[in-house]
Amino acid sequence: MATNVASSNDGERKALDSVVIRFAGDSGDGMQLTGTQFTQSTALMGNDLATFPDFPAEIRAPAGTTFGVSAFQINFASYDIQTPGDDPDVLVAMNPAALKVHLKDVPKGGTVILNVDAFTDRNIKRAGYENNPLEDGTLDNHVVIAIEINKLTNAAVADCEVTSKEATRCKNFWALGLMCWMYNRERQPTIDWVNQRFGKLPNIAAANIAALNAGHAYGETVELPSGVEAYVVPRADVQPGTYRAVTGTEAVAWGLIAGAKKAGLDLFLGSYPITPASALLHTLTGLKNYGVTTFQAEDEIAAVCSAIGASYAGSLGVTSSSGPGIALKTEAIGLALVTELPLVIVNVQRGGPSTGLPTKTEQSDLFQAVYGRNADTPLPVIASRTAGDCFETAIEAVRIATKYMTPVILLTDGFLANSAEPWEIPDADAIADFPVEFRTDPEGFHPYLRNEVTLARNWAIPGTPGLMHRIGGIEKDYDSGHISYDSDNHHRMTKVRAAKIDGIAKDIPAQEVAMGEEKGKLAVVGWGSTFGAINQAVSRCVSGGLNVAHIHLRHIHPFPKNLGDLLSGFDRVMVPEMNNGQLVHVLRDKYLVDAESITQITGQPFKVSTLEREIRSRVEG
Amino acid sequence: MNIETPVEALKPNDYASDQEVRWCPGCGDYAIIKGVHRTLAELQIPLENLVFFSGIGCAARFPYYMASYGFHTIHGRAPALATGAKLANPDLDIWVVMGDGDALSIGGNHTMHAIRRNVDLNLLLFNNEIYGLTKGQYSPTSQLGTRSPSTPQGSVDAPLTPLSVALGAGARFVARTFDTNQKHMPGVLKAAHAHKGASLVEIIQNCIVYNDGAFDGWTDRKVVSDNSITVEHGRPLIFGAEENKGIAQADGGFGIRVVTIGVDGVTEDDVLVHDENNKMLAMMLADMKQPEFPVALGVLYNNPSKSYDDAVHEQLATVKEASPPGTINELLRKGRTWTVSEGS
Repeated sequence: MATNVASSNDGERKALDSVVIRFAGDSGDGMQLTGTQFTQSTALMGNDLATFPDFPAEIRAPAGTTFGVSAFQINFASYDIQTPGDDPDVLVAMNPAALKVHLKDVPKGGTVILNVDAFTDRNIKRAGYENNPLEDGTLDNHVVIAIEINKLTNAAVADCEVTSKEATRCKNFWALGLMCWMYNRERQPTIDWVNQRFGKLPNIAAANIAALNAGHAYGETVELPSGVEAYVVPRADVQPGTYRAVTGTEAVAWGLIAGAKKAGLDLFLGSYPITPASALLHTLTGLKNYGVTTFQAEDEIAAVCSAIGASYAGSLGVTSSSGPGIALKTEAIGLALVTELPLVIVNVQRGGPSTGLPTKTEQSDLFQAVYGRNADTPLPVIASRTAGDCFETAIEAVRIATKYMTPVILLTDGFLANSAEPWEIPDADAIADFPVEFRTDPEGFHPYLRNEVTLARNWAIPGTPGLMHRIGGIEKDYDSGHISYDSDNHHRMTKVRAAKIDGIAKDIPAQEVAMGEEKGKLAVVGWGSTFGAINQAVSRCVSGGLNVAHIHLRHIHPFPKNLGDLLSGFDRVMVPEMNNGQLVHVLRDKYLVDAESITQITGQPFKVSTLEREIRSRVEG
Repeated sequence: MNIETPVEALKPNDYASDQEVRWCPGCGDYAIIKGVHRTLAELQIPLENLVFFSGIGCAARFPYYMASYGFHTIHGRAPALATGAKLANPDLDIWVVMGDGDALSIGGNHTMHAIRRNVDLNLLLFNNEIYGLTKGQYSPTSQLGTRSPSTPQGSVDAPLTPLSVALGAGARFVARTFDTNQKHMPGVLKAAHAHKGASLVEIIQNCIVYNDGAFDGWTDRKVVSDNSITVEHGRPLIFGAEENKGIAQADGGFGIRVVTIGVDGVTEDDVLVHDENNKMLAMMLADMKQPEFPVALGVLYNNPSKSYDDAVHEQLATVKEASPPGTINELLRKGRTWTVSEGS
């Protein structure tokens, strides 16, 4: 994104509207931590922001290799932004490998801050450079700030009584300190964090703080190359309210807890470790005092089965995983569906198939969610668009699961789960309760008695006198709930299960247009975490006078009732997805609409510029 | 003061549902369900508190024939569902009915982990050494050389011994009985029920269609006394129609052997006394096979430790006491927040 220079209003600091910074280093260099701390400070400064953590699947890949490079990008601005930014204005590269991987994304004239101490012959070769990139003209088109970060860090922490290895480890805090100076970020939140994190290791805490302060002081005292100076990014003009930084993982966890509370149920999570979904298990485990029981099962199958067992016993059963794990849960999801028990299945999507790209982001499990089970097994599918939106979608998943007695799939992805954004904290009390009423009346009871409106069966839980009954995977009689092999009954039960899910369309909001008019030349239809990129691209085109609209789906199955009519109001429909084309097929299937697919399967989020180009090519001229 | 109204006692038949039982005539499952009904009536467990989970297979139809709550789930997964239900509501009295293919093949992982965790479940493993519902394929407990539709020349892979596997997985309670042994079964089931934690009961069951007579060599009335031994805690390991055979320590100290009292100077003092807290003894008893040894019946091991569900709920209680739950609004506002006011 272009860095617009506005008039200076902060002493000697130059004011910028927006900045994109990318921190990159070895996976052991603490780049994620550096980025997270910078994000916290930036959020507290009142800027709008979006982040993109991008890290390798290996925990500690061999040092100095390109495949071991871990990066964290943050875009912050004085105005409303929606994506972590296309290209970095500033790249902080802690070693040659980080430079090798990320330099190509830095536009001409962009700033590159380098730790020259890491540019040893060995590291340079290991990164795949033939010659030292600091000397061979590689960086001629960039503003380079080459600093002996190791040496300066070691000097800064000399009095802290730490080993030389521990001293060198503080270099990320030195770099963070420099960036805090350059962009006028407060150091105190980071200092507080360090003291809390290393409370039992006061020497380590002191060393990290010393490195942070030294990096900051370096910026204040050293003359930097021409073109580099101290900046200020004024606060964003955002809606009044109370804000916090939130990741999708946190928002899903809080949404599930809020949903369970609105339903009047305890929450049970059965899960099995898998990237990038494990963080949800960790987060919910830390919230046991909110009526949450977490169970790390022996495998994905046991995870979903335990959740179904918990729902059967009267809790809200939830299971979380990513695509490959969801595949393993499939048979059990069919059981929850046929026994008509509430269940929330959170799929934090990742690159696939099979192991694929576990730490990269992709939206390729839409077919799996909508169609991916044996037999006729429709179930509701909901997708989150932003980290904060995960709170609302999680509540919605709980509402539908309990009201309609059905498993619900909630789709998020690795990008949403890990990235942070400022979030205006909603008033949870303003969200309507949807209390579950367990059946207690034995009069006329059988387990498949249905609510006439929702078609949901009544929920009677073990422990209730007089309502003893048996459920299971074998088809049940519509009128008695007993085992039935009757062919007409199976037809009827299949139809009623489908009608129940289709009927949810009457109970969800009509599809709105996120940007632009309700009719026009081109509708860009998206779902999931592409929201920010699409919205910004459409926004730019609309301000440029183009006739284009953005429609973003939360409900993937069933679709909102008005979606077909809405789409028919546009000459063309374009569907950008981070997969090889999935929603586009569902739309074509459902509405016979000539939707065009735009795909990107690189494991990286869409760039706004890419989408803008695609839109312009369809509506210009 | 409250005067308790006497509740009419539940009879064995009160535990049977009104559904027509559809096992093959002569199936061992009929005897087992009878034994379970009797046991439950002896324990007077309220129907509404009782839940039967099952997987897939002939045995898995069991819940439909019970008047309690029941959940017929999917192949091999019953222990996982039951674990979730027990954690969600620890007051439920949960029984899990599994077959040998169900519990030890497709569901081996769940069986192992339910046992390892010591979830308070009564796990009934109906072992007929064959796949019945899918029409007769060999199972993980089928004897070597079993001819079946999938092994026409005879199976070539060794069977496993369920109770040995369970003890290897850290079981705190293992027992064995067989379908027609109606005098014995209720006692074993009651001991399993009394044990707080995972209780595994292997119930040897005759499949009259696909594996008829597989256990006649030691369950038939004519040979049962000589070819099986019913163990009881604190009693000498004596068996045989003449009650003159016993299990003694092997010569040299390791292992066990069969001795005859009165032969070669062996006296009753040489016979080991059953100690259900002794895991090494339990492992040797569990592994006793015909024809060298009698098959061991009864409670082979019963050494309770804290159940998983108790431990989980204790932890929950501790956490709740240390930090009482706030409102959702408080949850959302924990940590760093900032306020943007009008016009700032």
